[in-house]
Amino acid sequence: MMRDGAIRAFQGRRGRPPSGNFELYSWFFMRISGVVLLGLAVFHLFWMHMVIGVENIDFDVIVQRWSNPLWRLYDLFLLAFALAHGMNGLRIVVDDYVHRPGWAAAVKSVLFIIFVLFLGMGAYIIFTFPLTAAGAALR
Amino acid sequence: MTGSRTVYSRGRPILEGLRYRGREGMWAWLLHRTTGLGILLFLLLHIFDIFLVAFGPEVFNDLLFIYSAWWARVLEVFLLFGVLFHALNGARLIIQDFWPSLWRYERQMILAEAIIFVPLFLWGTYVFLQPLFGE
Repeated sequence: MMRDGAIRAFQGRRGRPPSGNFELYSWFFMRISGVVLLGLAVFHLFWMHMVIGVENIDFDVIVQRWSNPLWRLYDLFLLAFALAHGMNGLRIVVDDYVHRPGWAAAVKSVLFIIFVLFLGMGAYIIFTFPLTAAGAALR
Repeated sequence: MTGSRTVYSRGRPILEGLRYRGREGMWAWLLHRTTGLGILLFLLLHIFDIFLVAFGPEVFNDLLFIYSAWWARVLEVFLLFGVLFHALNGARLIIQDFWPSLWRYERQMILAEAIIFVPLFLWGTYVFLQPLFGE
């Protein structure tokens, strides 16, 4: 069964079984989002740095890019998966180095606030950026 | 099941971790962690700088000098290293998780990873740094 396989793999990696469902799903999420990001993030890096070129990026490039709703959707997925994958990774690192339960809970609460804040900032700009180049010029 | 790869796992002081000589698997683990943290740091910066387009073209374009500086080009190479390594190494970990029999070939898989990584990284570094030496 898939679940048994995941628990076995988890145990092989961490040297102990997952302490609960949340930890198991978190482990599974890292694999799923990892595969997704292997496509989304690597292609994003290739596209913006190799095809467009960082030296050419300015406000107008973003206006053009986000005039296509599919790019907005792409960026929204990239934002959500990358930030969730990264912050969850940091949560696991905190578990490794912060041993006192109170401190660990405090640090992880701060991480959660940072996660919500940056997800909100990113999603806000993706959704509210003017729909057309003309709209942007009016600002 | 509890072979060498669990020794460098959780809850060990950093100094003890550095004394531990776990060869390829340990270095891959250490690089996976450091590149992951580095990419996350850049991601937060990147979300913030894109958020600034909300304040209009002047503010955004004025701040882009940060990314056009020569040292930003060098940091870009670091980013390429991080993303490329983290992606390839993560793919290896996922493959090993789903086909556990591959664990005994970890060294070979890390070698294969390096063989894919090096040419891609060198090519990317060349493309990223070319503008610094051109003209």
